[in-house]
Amino acid sequence: MSDAPLLTVRNLRVVYPSDEGDFRAVRNVSFTLGRERLGIVGESGSGKSTTGRAIMGLVPEPGRVEADLLRLGDTDLRTLNERGFRKLRGKRIAMVLQDPKYSLDPVMTVGRQIAETHRHHFRSSAKQARAAALEMLEAVHIRDPERVYTQYPHQVSGGMGQRIMIAMMLIAGPDLLIADEPTSALDVTVQHQVLAIMDEQVRKRGMGLILISHNLHLVSSFCDRVLVMYAGQIVESCKAAHLSEAQHPYTRGLLAALPELGHRRLVLPQLQRDPAWLEDVAPLTDATP
Amino acid sequence: MSDVTLRADLGHWRGWLLDQAPGSRWQARLGRWYRAWLGFRRNGLAMTGFGVVLLLVGIAIFAPLIADREAATLQVLTQRLEPASWQHWFGTDELGRDIYARVVFGSRITLTIVALVSAIVVPVGLGIGLPAGYFGGMVDAVLMRITDIFLAFPRLVLALAFAAALGPGIENAVIAIALTTWPPYARLARAETLTRRRAEFIEAAELQGASHLRILLTQIVPLCLPSVIIRLTLDMAGIILTAAGLGFLGLGAQPPAPEWGAMVSSGRQVLLDQWWVATIPGMAIFITSVGFNLLGDGLRDVSDSRAG
Amino acid sequence: MNVAALATPSAHGWVRQIAGPVHRVLKVLFSVLLTFLGLTCVTFVIGRVIPIDPVLAIVGDKAPPDVYARVRAEIGLDLPLPVQYWRYLMKVLHGDFGNSVITSQPVLADLLHVFPATLELSLLALIIGVIFGVPIGVIAATHRGRWQDQVIRFGSLLGYSMPVFWLGLVGLLAFYAKLGWVEGPGRLDVGFDDIVPTVTGLIVVDSLIAGEHDVFVNALSHLVLPASILGYLSLAYVARMTRSFMLSQLRQEYVLAALAKGLSPFRVVWVHALGNAWVQLITVIALTFGSLLEGAVLTETVFAWPGLGLYMKNSLFNADLNAVLGGTMLVGVVYIGLNMLSDLLYPLVDPRARESS
Repeated sequence: MSDAPLLTVRNLRVVYPSDEGDFRAVRNVSFTLGRERLGIVGESGSGKSTTGRAIMGLVPEPGRVEADLLRLGDTDLRTLNERGFRKLRGKRIAMVLQDPKYSLDPVMTVGRQIAETHRHHFRSSAKQARAAALEMLEAVHIRDPERVYTQYPHQVSGGMGQRIMIAMMLIAGPDLLIADEPTSALDVTVQHQVLAIMDEQVRKRGMGLILISHNLHLVSSFCDRVLVMYAGQIVESCKAAHLSEAQHPYTRGLLAALPELGHRRLVLPQLQRDPAWLEDVAPLTDATP
Repeated sequence: MSDVTLRADLGHWRGWLLDQAPGSRWQARLGRWYRAWLGFRRNGLAMTGFGVVLLLVGIAIFAPLIADREAATLQVLTQRLEPASWQHWFGTDELGRDIYARVVFGSRITLTIVALVSAIVVPVGLGIGLPAGYFGGMVDAVLMRITDIFLAFPRLVLALAFAAALGPGIENAVIAIALTTWPPYARLARAETLTRRRAEFIEAAELQGASHLRILLTQIVPLCLPSVIIRLTLDMAGIILTAAGLGFLGLGAQPPAPEWGAMVSSGRQVLLDQWWVATIPGMAIFITSVGFNLLGDGLRDVSDSRAG
Repeated sequence: MNVAALATPSAHGWVRQIAGPVHRVLKVLFSVLLTFLGLTCVTFVIGRVIPIDPVLAIVGDKAPPDVYARVRAEIGLDLPLPVQYWRYLMKVLHGDFGNSVITSQPVLADLLHVFPATLELSLLALIIGVIFGVPIGVIAATHRGRWQDQVIRFGSLLGYSMPVFWLGLVGLLAFYAKLGWVEGPGRLDVGFDDIVPTVTGLIVVDSLIAGEHDVFVNALSHLVLPASILGYLSLAYVARMTRSFMLSQLRQEYVLAALAKGLSPFRVVWVHALGNAWVQLITVIALTFGSLLEGAVLTETVFAWPGLGLYMKNSLFNADLNAVLGGTMLVGVVYIGLNMLSDLLYPLVDPRARESS
C-alpha cells in the first residue's frame, strides 16, 4: 500500500437542470481522503448526501456530475460509464444508508441480500456466498447468524438492521465506505454500538470512511477530520480536534448552538445566516496548495 | 384598445393570478386553478382528451344544427345499407337510416347516461363515505361493510341482473350502472375524511360550536371534491363502456333511439358485407372513452404533481 | 381476536407461528361469509323487485282468486320477507337455483355445463395479460417519460378505452373474414363436436389428454382470437397497474442500496423492485380475472362462445330469471373466491403478512 490518497476530489460540481435555470446542488467541493475517517456535516439540502452519491456514480437523472479531478486510487471516476461504476460499487466503494427499515429489501431474507453482494462480485457458488455471509454476520457481532440469515428485514430491530446493512456492504471488501446518516434513524442507545462496529471494521480492514451527518457533535467525536458544508460548498475544513478553533461564522454558529451539560440557557441561540455565505468560494487551482 | 395595452393587461392578470401572496381568498383560489391549468396545458395528451370531450359536448348541444334530426330515425327502405356518400357521410344502416345523423344524436344519449350516473353516484358515495370517516366506530364498520359487499360484485354482471329485473330501458340502465359504481366513491370520501378528520381547522370549527352537518358540508366536502371529480372523470369511460355494453346486449336505450351500443349490435348481422354499420358507432364509443380517459389521466397527473 | 392474544412473545414459537396464519384465515373467512350473505341479499332483492308476478306466470291471468292465493302460498310468497329470504338462502346453500325455463333443467347443472367454456376463455386471456402486461409495465416504469413509456401508456389507455364487443367484431372482420388466419365464432367446427371426452371441460386441455391433435388445433384456432382480445384488455390494465407500482418501488431506498452493492440495474429492477411490486400485483390480477368474467359476457355474445355469458344473455331475453340470478350468483361467488384467494396468497409474496400484527 502506498501513501497515495484513497480518494481525490477536486472541484466537484453536481448540477440539476430545471425550468428555472440550473440548480447547483454541489459547488466546487475539493478534498482528499486517506485511510482515515472523514466527517461531512451540514444541514439537509447542503449537498452532503449528493457529494456521497456523486462519488458512487448514483446521482439520479437528470443530474450532471463534473469535476476537475475525481479519482479513487488510480481509477479516474470521471471517465467511467455505468458499467464501470458497477464494478466498483460494493467491491471498492460501498454505502450505508440511513434507515435499514427502508434500505433493505423487505421481501428477501437478509441472508440472501448479504450473499447476493458476494455472489455478484466473486461469481461464487450459493454455498460459498452463504458461508461468507454467515461469517460477515458474525463479524458485525450478530449472535445467532444462522437464525438471522433466514429472517426478513421487518423481523429484526433497527440496530440489528443497520449491522446487517454494514455486513451487506462490506462483504466484498471495499476500500472506502460512505455512511450517509447511518445512525439518525436509530435509538440513541444503539447508535454508539453501531458506530463502534463500523469503526472496528473500518480499522481492521484499513479502509477509508466518509461519515455524512447533520450531527456535528457525533462527527467531531468520531472522525479524524471534518468538512462543514453549507449550500453546496465546503465552508470549513479542519481536524476534528481543532473544531473549536473553526473560522467560518456558520461553523461557529453551529458550535454555539450545541447544548452543554450542566449549563442551562435561557435563550436558545439562533443561527444568523449571512447571504454572503451563498457566494461562490474560489475553485481550487493548481496554484493553491 | 390597442394590441399592446391588451397584452399588458393580460400580463397584469397573469401576475395577479400567480401572485405568491394573494390578497384575498378568491385570488388564492383562482390562482390555484390557474396554476393547475398551466400544468395541465403542458400535457399534450390530456389536452387532446379535453378537446375530444369538449367536441363531444359541442356535438351533443348543437346536434340539430350539424345533422338532420329526421334522418336519424327516418327509415328509407329503398336506401338500405348504402356505403358512405356525399348524401350519407357514414352510409346507411339496415333500415336505411343515416348513420351520421344517428351517431351525432347518439352522443346525447351517451352524455345523458354519464350525467345521470354522476348525479347519482357522487351524492350517494359522499353520503355514505363522509359519515363513515367522520363518525368512525360502528357507523364506519356498518357502512364500509355494505360498501365492500357492493364492491365485491362484478359490475357489468350485476348491472345485467338489475337491468333484467327492472326491464330494459335507459333509466334502468342508469340505475343499474349507478348501483354498481358508487362504492369506490364512498371509499374515497371516507379516506379523504379520515385524513382531514383530525386537522386543526376542523377542531377549531368544532370548538366554535359548528354542527356535524355544517362541518361536513362546509369544511370536508369541498376538500373531497377534487379527488372525487378526478375519479369521476376516470370512471366516465368505464360508465360509457358499460352503458354501451348494456345497449349492445339490448338492455339500454330501446329502438329506434340511436344508442351507439345498440347500433353496433344491429350492425352485427351485416358485418361481413357492410362493415361500416357496426364499425362506425363502435368507433364513436371508442373515441369518446379514449377522450375521457386522457382527460382523467391528465387531471390526475396535475393533482399528483401538486400533492408531491 | 383471542387467537392472536395467545401469541405473546413468551409463548412457544410454534404457537406464534400457527396463530398468525389461523387468525388471518379466520378473518378472511369472516369477510367472505359476510360478502356472500350480501350477495344473496342482492339477488334476493332483484328476484323480488321484478315487475313480473311469478304467481301469474304459473296460473295465468284468468285464474280465480282462490287458485291464485293457493299457488301464492305454495311458492311461499305470503310469508314475511325474512322467512322468504331464509328459505332462499337455504336453497342457494344447497345449490338449488330453481329450474331454467329454457332448458327446463336445474340451473346449477346448466351453469356447470357452460362454465368451463368461460373459464377456458378467461384463463387464457389472463395468462396473456400477465405474461405480457407485467413486463410491459416494468419497461414503462424504467423508461419513465421516454418514448417507450409514452407508447406503452397510450397503448394501454387504448386498451381500457376499448368497447370489447366492438373490438371483437372488428377482429372477426379482419382476422376471420378478410385474412382467414383464425376460425370464426364457436368453440369448435361442427365436425369436431363430441369427439373428445370431457375431463376438465377445457377443450384445449381435453383434446391434448385424448391425444386428438386435429381437435386441439381447431379448438385453439377458435380460441385464440377471443382470448387475445380479452387478453389485450387485461394486459392494458395489468401493465398500467404494474407501471404505477413499479414507479413507487423504484423510489424506495432499498433500490438505491441494491445499486450501491454493485448489482446490475436489470437485477435491481426485475428481482428486487418487481419482487416487491408482486405484493400489490396479486390483488390486481385477481381483480383482473373477475373483470375478465364480465368481459366474457360481451365477448361470448360476439363470438357465439357457448359459455356463461352467452347463457346469461339468452336467459335474459327469455325472461328466465332463475338462470340470470343463478349466473349472477356464480360470477359473484367466483369473484369472492378470487378475492379470498388473493388475500390468502398475499403471505406467499409478502413475508410481512405472514405474522399477525
